[in-house]
Formats: sequence, structure tokens, C-alpha cells
Amino acid sequence: MSARDNILRRLRAAPQGEAPLAPDVPAFYAAVNASAPPSTRASRIELFCEKMAFWRGEVVRVRRANWPQELRQICVEKGVRSLLHGEASVHAEALKAAGIAGLKPYDRPLGEWKKELFEDTDAGFTSTRGGIAETGTLIVWPDASEPRLMSLVPPIHFALLDADQLHDTLFDAMHAQRWSDGMPTNALLVSGPSKTADIQVTLAYGAHGPKELVVLLLVNEEEMQ
Amino acid sequence: MNSQPLDFVPASEFKQRAADAVADDHLRKSFRGAMDFLIGKRAAQFPDAAALESQRSLAEHIRKYSLARLPELLEQLERKLTDNGVQVHWAETGEEACAIIVGIAQRHSTKLMVKGKSMVSEEVELNHAMADAGIDALESDMGEYIVQLDGEKPSHIIMPAIHKTKQQIARLFADKVPGAGYTESVDELIGIGRAVLREKFMSAEVGLSGVNFAVAETGTLCLVENEGNGRMCTTVPEVHIAITGIEKVVDKLDHVPPLFGLLTRSATGQAITTYFNMISGPRKPGEKDGPGEMHLVLVDNGRTQAYSDEQLRSTLQCIRCGACMNHCPVYTRIGGHAYGTTYPGPIGEIISPHMLGLNATHVLPTASSLCGACGEVCPVRIPIPELLVRLREEAQHDARPGHAPLRGQGAAKSRLVDAVWSGWAALYTRPALYRAFGWLATRFRALTPPMQGGWTVSRTPMKPAARTLHELMAARRKR
Repeated sequence: MSARDNILRRLRAAPQGEAPLAPDVPAFYAAVNASAPPSTRASRIELFCEKMAFWRGEVVRVRRANWPQELRQICVEKGVRSLLHGEASVHAEALKAAGIAGLKPYDRPLGEWKKELFEDTDAGFTSTRGGIAETGTLIVWPDASEPRLMSLVPPIHFALLDADQLHDTLFDAMHAQRWSDGMPTNALLVSGPSKTADIQVTLAYGAHGPKELVVLLLVNEEEMQ
Repeated sequence: MNSQPLDFVPASEFKQRAADAVADDHLRKSFRGAMDFLIGKRAAQFPDAAALESQRSLAEHIRKYSLARLPELLEQLERKLTDNGVQVHWAETGEEACAIIVGIAQRHSTKLMVKGKSMVSEEVELNHAMADAGIDALESDMGEYIVQLDGEKPSHIIMPAIHKTKQQIARLFADKVPGAGYTESVDELIGIGRAVLREKFMSAEVGLSGVNFAVAETGTLCLVENEGNGRMCTTVPEVHIAITGIEKVVDKLDHVPPLFGLLTRSATGQAITTYFNMISGPRKPGEKDGPGEMHLVLVDNGRTQAYSDEQLRSTLQCIRCGACMNHCPVYTRIGGHAYGTTYPGPIGEIISPHMLGLNATHVLPTASSLCGACGEVCPVRIPIPELLVRLREEAQHDARPGHAPLRGQGAAKSRLVDAVWSGWAALYTRPALYRAFGWLATRFRALTPPMQGGWTVSRTPMKPAARTLHELMAARRKR
């Protein structure tokens, strides 16, 4: 008998009372939503910005027409000398056209340039699959063109978030985006820069991952404030 | 680097360690301060008591439902993960789990394994096994790194270095980290840790992590963290090994948000952690990073014993938030090390007997005033006080009829205690004998010994009243 067989046999031998019904999680969230005023695009944007600021993430509202220029400006202000971006991502051309200095595509397997990525890359730029207003959270969905470490290793992470893709809760986002149809090898929720409170419960940022998170929030003209 | 095996502290010397801890002012201040902080942060997350109760009901329901279907869900999880390219291993004991992991590491000629926070890896004493095989196992969670550097074990499941002051950590880093100067700035101390560990992430052949939730539906392992070291361990090294207890599986992705929301709010009073890392497989062709090879080790180590009893099974509902210890008056006073087990506090008192047997742990369920705080804050409503009473009973008696004996069943049985209870029962069921006893005890009360064993260690001696209650009532009726 293998360990697997023994474990499963012991579990199956255990007495089982009446089997509980499957929990109705959608009904729970429907009831929670029904008890509060319905959210609007404006309220989602406001809540997301408030919560992200609480996590020490910077939110910059940008226009569809010229966000790459905004990003270039922020890079100059922060003294970013090299900006990592997805090689074949939909935004690669726009970044190049904006003339951002030190653009560096993630175009090789990690093993070929690990040291350079860790020690000589100031910032990374990724897209996002959406955001969650309730908790001030980004949904980051790495793939072949935007690998996993882009949002982790460089000291600054720039993330582009379309306000159209803001959801109220994690549950809403999961359902609207049909996550259960198939998950990627790695999917992430990111709420602010990396942090720790392991020394005397004192909060410190940049524990292992980025020290700064800058969200470029794509909004309409009238939402620019 | 510290590759010395850590000392394993036997749970049996609990009382002496508890007494030492209570006498340590500095330790008590650390824990009291940190626990008050965490209690306040958690309370602020749950302003609406009714809403909290409905969340707890849902979370309890999800955990009970998952446990009721545990064997099928484990098989489904295995199937999904295997389809996704993950190798799944099963271990009945801690030693088996270690042997599997050492074996994988040796196949890759591993010199260094970096570890994300995993209490199960502590439970199976993985670092010992790796050291015996000549492989460095380096903790990369800041708190765990500090504790390991000092040759200690975590004192809290969420905040491993809670017992240390920044001055102690400053001294430790200056002494043990090459090139580090003495600094008491927390930012600088974290910076030192960051720099050391980034080197290690780059060179490690294997990364190890725990699992917070394993989703059977999609074959997804979820990891909750703030620092990013978990993401490093699961992404940078060529091989990722995840280790988890068999109880962590849930049926649907849908079931994750309610549990995740309660976990972080109950643990540290955060609405969400910085990272929620969902891993469903090794890198696919064309992907440029992520491990090329991925393993999951499913560990029993006594969990099936808890599972085989319908009351004790609720122990396995635990999502390891640590709220029970934060709110425990005993834990707050004696700290995590006194327990001598991987899991301290109330959850440790009810899970350790299954992992280590009642022989080694029968004293732990008695380390509670049964005040009920643990049960009240538990986000998945484990009836911890009831389980403590049940385990005390199992430690004192033979197994209930129709129940298989627990490991170490009856370990705390004592002839003297049994004789006292039998005598008491005889007295109570015979009125003439009882009255005679009452008369003697009250008339000769001057003879009560001043030292009464354990009772008088911290209490004044018991002394019968001058007259029995029967006599007093009879006198009152006459008046």
C-alpha cells in the first residue's frame, strides 16, 4: 500500500454524518451587495484610489491618448535609468514611441540574464487584467510576453490599469473574468509595494519586492480631476 | 549561514518553561504589546458584529463542506495538478515528507534551498533533514530569517520574531551578517536582510513554499504574503516544491474569497495582503521565468487521526490565522516557545496531540483557563474550548466505546486521581457516609494540612467551614 492509498483509506473509513450542502457563495455576495447602495464607476475609482493610497501605492490618473508620455515624465522625475517592459506586449510600441530612456525588453529566459535583472534594472512596467476597488488591488496576469518577475524584482513597479476593468470585490472580478474556466501558470493580486512588520511590528517597505508601486489609472477626460 | 540543527524542545517540560517565561519581564512586555496591537487591528476590521457572524458562518460552512468531501477533493486536486504538469507526492509522516523533498533536491544537486514561510515544513523538521543531507535550507521570510540566524524557532505562526527587540536584531545582524554594521533603524535592518536574501534567491537551485489554499477545481495553489519572498521562492529557482497538510484543499475558486478575506483580517488586521500568489503549474513553453519543475507534497502527519472522529475533525477547519493565540491570556503571558511545539497557543494545544501523540502533549490542553476567547474569535468557528476539554478527557481515560484510541490515549491517567474520584463517588452516593464525612471534616478542620500539593503552589490552602451546609440550613429553619 502506498502512502496515498493509506491516507485515502483512512479518510474514507472515517464516519460521515449527513453531508453538508454546497455553500452558496454567490448568494452570500448578492445579499451583501443588495444591502449597500449600488456602486458606480465613479465610486469604484474613488474607493480604489483611497485604498491603494492606504497601501502606499501611488495612483496617477492618465489619458488614453498620452499615458506613455506621462510615464516618461514620471520616469524622469524618479531618475529611472532602465525600464523593463514586455517584449511582445501590446504596449511595447507605445512605450518606444514615447521615447522613454533606457527601455529594456524582457526578451530572454531568466537564466540568461538573472544578475542583470536583479542588480541593474530600475523599474518594470506591466499591464493589468483589472483592479478591485474594495481592497485597492491590482490583478496581474503574467504570461509569455509579460513574465512573472517584472512586477517583483525591479525596485519600482509601474502598472497600467484601465478604470473600465475595476470591480467591486475579488469575487466579482473572478466571476466577471471567468477565472474558473482556466487559470494561467501564475496569477497575482498586488496591493501596494512589498512590506514587512517582522521587526517589532514596525512597518517597512521594500522587503523583498518593489519599494514603490505606481498605478497609471486610465480614465476619461472628465475624470482627470 | 546557520545550518546547525535547531534544538527540539520536548513538550513535556512545558510547566517549567512556562514558569520561566512568566518570570521574564521583557518577554512578557514584548508579547503583551504585540498581542494588544494585533487585537486592536483585527477589531478595527470587523466594525459590524452581525456582518462578521455571517462571514464566519459562510467560512465555517466552506471548511466543513471541504472536509466532508476531503478524499474526493484530494484526488481531484492531484488530477488537476498532474494535468497542469505538477508532480504530486503523498507523505504519511514527517520523515516521509522530508525524504521526498531531500530526494528531489539531491536529484538537482542542490546546495541551497530558499524557503518561503511554511509552518508545515517546521512541523516535519525539514531543516534538520536538509542539514543532515548537507543542503542549506535558508528561511527567507524576514522574521523566519532572523529567528533562524539566531538558531531559534518561530514564537508565533504569523510573526515568527515577535519575541525579539530591534536592539537584539541589530546585535544579531552586526555579529552574524558579513559586512553589516550595527544599526537600530528598522528600514536599514530590512535593507540588510533584503540584500543578503536577493543573492540567495539568485543562486538557489530549489525554492520551497507552503500553501494557504489548494483549489481542487482548477489545480491552483494560493499563497498569502506581504514581503514578496514567497513569490521569489516560487518563481526564481528552477525547482519549486510546495508542502502542505492534506486539510488545506477547497472545492471551488469561489470558496477562496470568503476564507482569504477572513484570514488576513483575523491574522494581522489587514483587509488584504500585498501579494496573493496563485500558482497552477510550472512555466509553459515560451514563458521566460517561473520554475521548470514543480512538486506538491501532501502531508498527513496525524491529520487523519483528527479526521477519524467527527468532533475532533473540526480541528482541521483551521486556516492558520493565529487569532486564537493573539487573544489567548495564557499565550500572551508565556509566549510561543514555552509550548515546545511547532504550533503554539490554543490551535497548537488541539492539533499537536494528533501530530506528536498525547504522551508528549497531554499537558498542553490543560494550558487554558477555558475562558473561550479563542473560540469566539476563530474565523471558521472551531469550538476550541470544547476540543480542549475533550482532549483532557482522552488523556485521562481509555477510548470511548466504539472509538479507536488516540495516539497516547490515557497518557495522563493516574491511579491516585482515579482512587480519589472513586472515593468521592462512593461518598456522594451514600447519604449516611456523606453526613459522617461532613461531620468529621468540619469538626477536625484544624487538622487540614497547610500544604496541599499543586493547589497551594499559588493559592491559599483550602479549609472546610466550621459547620456543613446541611447543618447551617437546618439551624436556619429552626429559627
